[in-house]
Amino acid sequence: MARFDVRSLPAVWTRELIIFKRYWPGTTFTAVLEPLIFLFAIGLGVGAFIDEIAGVKYVVFVGTGAVATAVLFSSVFPGMYNTFIARVFQKVYDGILSTPTTTAELMVGEASWVAARTAVYGSVPMMATIPFGLTPRWGMLLVPFICFISALGLTFLGQYISGLVKVIDSFSYFQSALLTPLLFVSGTYFPIDGLPKWFGTISNVNPVYHCIELVRDACFGTLSPASLWHVLALVVFAAITGTLSIRVMTKRLIT
Amino acid sequence: MTKRFGDFVAVNDLSLDVQPGTCLGLLGPNGAGKTTLMRMITGQTGLNGGSISVLDFDIATQSREARAVLGVCPQQDNMDDQQTARENLALWAALCRVPRAQRKSAIAKALATAQLTERAGERVTNLSGGMRRRLLLGRAFINSPKLVLLDEPTVGLDPQVRSDLWLIIDAMRRSGVTVVMSTHYIEEAERLADDIAIVNHGRVIARGTPHQLRERYVGVEAVEYFGPPEVLDEIASKAADAGLKSRRAGLSISVLGVENTSVELLNSWGRLSRRPTNLEDVFVLLTGESLDG
Repeated sequence: MARFDVRSLPAVWTRELIIFKRYWPGTTFTAVLEPLIFLFAIGLGVGAFIDEIAGVKYVVFVGTGAVATAVLFSSVFPGMYNTFIARVFQKVYDGILSTPTTTAELMVGEASWVAARTAVYGSVPMMATIPFGLTPRWGMLLVPFICFISALGLTFLGQYISGLVKVIDSFSYFQSALLTPLLFVSGTYFPIDGLPKWFGTISNVNPVYHCIELVRDACFGTLSPASLWHVLALVVFAAITGTLSIRVMTKRLIT
Repeated sequence: MTKRFGDFVAVNDLSLDVQPGTCLGLLGPNGAGKTTLMRMITGQTGLNGGSISVLDFDIATQSREARAVLGVCPQQDNMDDQQTARENLALWAALCRVPRAQRKSAIAKALATAQLTERAGERVTNLSGGMRRRLLLGRAFINSPKLVLLDEPTVGLDPQVRSDLWLIIDAMRRSGVTVVMSTHYIEEAERLADDIAIVNHGRVIARGTPHQLRERYVGVEAVEYFGPPEVLDEIASKAADAGLKSRRAGLSISVLGVENTSVELLNSWGRLSRRPTNLEDVFVLLTGESLDG
């Protein structure tokens, strides 16, 4: 197996940059608007009935949770759909792999681009929550980095899923059975400590939960050595999904 | 080299060497193993047996280095549709690691090769089939490769566009680049290839220049008879009795290598027309399969 060469990454990013320059309004609109809708609809809507939750205003609680919604939507879907389209319909990956780029470099290059983009998109709901009572803190500067590492693992997960399916319609199974539970059993809209204990156990393998916990620690000034557990969980998740993504894509692309 | 997909042997103990600066034509029907062979050369299809060396790079251990000196024009168009011609070339220049300082001139040269300088800012989706193919050819040359793989470079194009592409490929060949081109168009192989390998069922079944192949297998001259199937069957039988090879093509039969056969004998079998033998005669005779185009 060829050694990983970081010099391939700028070339992969070049492709992403060309595409982004053309489609950024649409991509950005969707990535930013959806979490904001969640923030306003649930944060303000449900917040009219719930004053505080876990010691903070409900809209602030949801606003910080919406960061993870943005991270999930902006990373796992490009990982699934863009990868499938490029591989199966456009055959672009076949072309790229005839150049000095390897499957691992291609997958890591694409995932790191999506993660970098998501670092920006994920921070928008946090910024939008400030006028509703989220107190600006220096720790918030860490949020883009938290979004990046979370999005990296989730993009790899999307790539892995795209390598498992034969037809694009099959994504709906993963969306319903995997992604929706990931979002709702993560503490985005309600604290999971109010749920049965086994939910808490399951949430430990949910990257969205770790993302939200870290984001809230950063936003509420509660970062502590215990936060490192969440960082470690996200790093391990990215390492596992990255390995799976490269493995399945190699199987699909190198016959 | 050998490549199996389950029980199916796509490339069967095939051995091939290509001389630098020549154009090798891989001539074979669909499913003969040509595309698999091309993918094996780029390292995108693994080997079950044997080895491949590209310009002294072992594909098993140095495929990245080999791909750096390769240019590839795939059978299936795999350009980013929504990018412009220039953007596609810029991307390829980056992927092929063309030094940044040389990229602008490499892109300009590739656009000129593809005769698309005026359409550089056009999205690929708006280009015609012929223009897209020319762009793919230009793209294959973006890194000034030493070896170019052309997988069915003109498949599905009309004759005029095909002729235009032949001019580009011929110019590449004349520039000293080594070309390996798969095709199932006889005329393409005859016009462009210095050397032809006829491939069928994953094997090279004949190898030589077009002239050598004709001379070796079907002689110089053929006669063609038209008629109902039973008449053609009878002519085939008479040809075999006379020690001549023949091949059927729809409503006609060609008797091959008749340059030393008496005119009276040939005329006695029916009304005939004479023609020079061609590569298709060689191919059909060797494989029993007809070629498209």
